[in-house]
Amino acid sequence: MLDEGGLLKKVNLHDYLRKIIQIDGVSGYEDNVAAFISETFSPYVDSTRTDNLGNLILYKRGSKKDAPSILFAAHMDEIGLIVTKIEDNGFLRFTSLGGFDVRTLPGQEVTVYGQKPVNGIIGFKPSYLDLDEEKGQSVEMKNLFIDTGFPREQVEKNIRIGSIAAIKRGFLPLLNNRCAGKAFDDRAGIAVLWQCARELVRIEHEAHLYFVATVQEEVGTRGAIVSTYGISPDLGIAVDVCHGDFPGAMEHEVSPLGEGAVVTVGPNIHPLMAKRLFETAEEYNLPCQRDVSPGPTGTDARAIQISLEGIPTALVSVPLRYMHTSVELIAPEDVKIAGRLLAYFAAGLNRSFLEELSCL
Amino acid sequence: MLITELSQIPGVSGDESRVRDFIKEKLSSWGIEHYTDSLGNLFALKEGKKNGSESGLMLSAHMDEVGLLVSSVEKSGHLRFYKVGGVDERALITKPVLVGPNDVMGVIGAKAIHLQKKEERKKPLKIENLCIDIGAKDKDDAERVVKVGDYVSFYSEAGLSGNIVKGKALDNRAGCAALLEILQRDYPCSFTAVFTVQEEVGLRGAIVAAYRIKPRIALVLETTGAIDIPEAKNQDHSTSLGAGPAFTVKDQSIIAHPRVLERLIEVAERQKRTYQFRRYGGSSTDAGAISLAGSGTAAGVISTPCRYIHAPVSMLLKEDWQNLVEITDAFIRSVYEKGLEI
Repeated sequence: MLDEGGLLKKVNLHDYLRKIIQIDGVSGYEDNVAAFISETFSPYVDSTRTDNLGNLILYKRGSKKDAPSILFAAHMDEIGLIVTKIEDNGFLRFTSLGGFDVRTLPGQEVTVYGQKPVNGIIGFKPSYLDLDEEKGQSVEMKNLFIDTGFPREQVEKNIRIGSIAAIKRGFLPLLNNRCAGKAFDDRAGIAVLWQCARELVRIEHEAHLYFVATVQEEVGTRGAIVSTYGISPDLGIAVDVCHGDFPGAMEHEVSPLGEGAVVTVGPNIHPLMAKRLFETAEEYNLPCQRDVSPGPTGTDARAIQISLEGIPTALVSVPLRYMHTSVELIAPEDVKIAGRLLAYFAAGLNRSFLEELSCL
Repeated sequence: MLITELSQIPGVSGDESRVRDFIKEKLSSWGIEHYTDSLGNLFALKEGKKNGSESGLMLSAHMDEVGLLVSSVEKSGHLRFYKVGGVDERALITKPVLVGPNDVMGVIGAKAIHLQKKEERKKPLKIENLCIDIGAKDKDDAERVVKVGDYVSFYSEAGLSGNIVKGKALDNRAGCAALLEILQRDYPCSFTAVFTVQEEVGLRGAIVAAYRIKPRIALVLETTGAIDIPEAKNQDHSTSLGAGPAFTVKDQSIIAHPRVLERLIEVAERQKRTYQFRRYGGSSTDAGAISLAGSGTAAGVISTPCRYIHAPVSMLLKEDWQNLVEITDAFIRSVYEKGLEI
C-alpha cells in the first residue's frame, strides 16, 4: 500500500528536478536515468517494463476495463559527445550526439565514460593564436578537444574511440525558486509525468495510463517510434520543453517563464485534444499558454501522431530558456502546473471523447 | 589543499577582500605580523631566525582574478556587464557566475541553437549581446539582491584528483598558495611577502607596494598559460604542463634581471628539479611594476604552468606547483647564504 502522506511529502518537485538533471543519460545510453525514473515512479504505477530500445514503460491501470488508453511520453535522453580520436598527447577529439551550439563548449567541463568515468575540460586555443582567416569566426568543433590532464598511455587504458562524454554541470538554484542546469530538456518533462502520477493518487481515472520515458529523442524521436507501436495507445501526449523568453528573442518564438504549461496547436496536434487541454486548464484554474507549430514539431509528438493507423496527439510543454546548453533554465511552478493539467486531462478521458476524436 | 580553497573564493580585481581575509586569517594563526595599505595590498613580515639579517628581498603574488562587473539591470531583470581584466570571452557563454557580495547565482545564457540562423552560428558572440540571468522576474525583483557595480566571478568547483588541480582563478591563487606555503617555513633571513591587488587590470597594486617597501631583489610567484594543446604549434606552446615551473626571460613588462634568472637556474639545477622557460614574450606581470618602482628593483618571475587561464575552469599539475615552492625556497636560502650581487 502506498504511504501517501509519507511519500508525497518526503520528496518535493524541486528535489526531484535537482536529482534527475544530475544523472548522465546521453542518447543511446539512458540506463542510469531509467533506473532513477523506475524507482521514483514505482509507488504510483502498477507495472514497469523496458522495451528492446530501452524505453521505460510505466503502466497505471484505470478504473474501467474498456476505457481508452493514453500514452504520456517524455524523453529521458540528453545531448552529449562521443570520442572520435585520441591525440598523441592524450587529448580527445569528439563529435556530438544531438545539436550543440559549438560556441557554448569552450571551457565546459565534461565527464568521459571510459571504463571508469573521468573528468575533462573542453579545451580551446587562446584567441591571440588565431590565424588571419580565423579572426571574427566562431570556433568549430574540429578545433576543440577534451583535456583530461592525463598522458596518452593512461588515457588509452581507460578511454577508446566511441566512448561517450556527458556535459558536467551541477544544479544551480536561482531567484524565485527558478533553477538552471543541463538536461532539463527533457528531464523537466519526466518531472511533469512524475507530478502527474502523484496527483493521480487522489484523483479517480477511468483511462489506462502509460507513462513512457523515451530514449533517443535528440537523435530523431527514435524511442517514441517503437514505444508507441509497442503500446498501441488510443491517445498520445508528448511532454517536452519549449523556448522560454529571453532578451532579444522574437516574441512569437518564445513563451514566458512562470506563466504555466504550454499547449501547442498546429498540424501535428489533434485540434480536439488541444481544445480539451485548454478547457481542462480553465476548469481547474491552471495557467496555460498557447504555442503554435506550423509542421511536425521537434518532439516525440512528431512520431506518435503517425504511429500505427494514426494516433490523436497533443503536446504539452514547459518553457525553458537557453535550450541545449548547460544552463537550461526553468521555473518549477510551470512543471507542477503541467503535471496537474495532465492529471485532470487523464481523469476526464472516457469512451465518448475518444469517439469524438475520430469523427472529423 | 590551499590552492583549491583559495580558488573557490571570489576575488575579482578591485574586490579582493575575501581572498585577503582568508590569507590574513592564516597569517594570524601562524603568528606572522602583517598590515594592509589603502589599495588593499597585504604585506606579511617574515622574521628571519638570525636577528638583523634583512635580505632586501620581496616575494609577491597577486590575489585578484579576472571577472565581470554589472553595468546595468535590464527591464526583464537580466544583467549586462563589463569585463574586468582579460577574460576569455569565448569561455563565458553558458557558464554559471556569482554576483555581488552575497554570491547571487546566475547564468550567462545563449540563444538556443534552434532559434539561430546558420550565419548567426558562424560569428562569435559579442560580450555586449550577453547577459546574466539570476532568475529575476523583472528589474525591481533583480534589484532586491543585486546592483550596478556588483562584481561577478566565475562559479566552478575546484578539485584535486591525483596530480591534477582544476578550478577557477588558479591564476593566481596557485601563487598565493605557494607564498603561504613558504611563509610557514623557517628561514635564516627576514623578507617581505606581498599579496597584491589589481594585477589583472594593470599591475596597479604592485606599483605602490614596491614603492612602499623598496626591495633590492624581488621574485614574483605567478601562474602562466600552458598552451601545449593540439591546436597550437610547438613554438606557440609557451609552457607545458608537467615540465616544471617556468622562468621568465622577458615578457611585455620586464626583462627578468639576469642575476635573478641565473640564480633560479642554479638552485633548480642543484636540487635537480625540473623547470622550463616561458617562451611567450607577451603579457605583463607584477615584476614589471616592481622593477620600475623607486630607484629600481632586480626582479624575476617564476610561474606554475596552467591551461585555460582567464576562463571558468583552468588546470595545473600539483608537481609543477610543488617544484615552484621548492625552487623558491632554495632561492631565498641562496640569496641569504651567498648574497646576490646586482
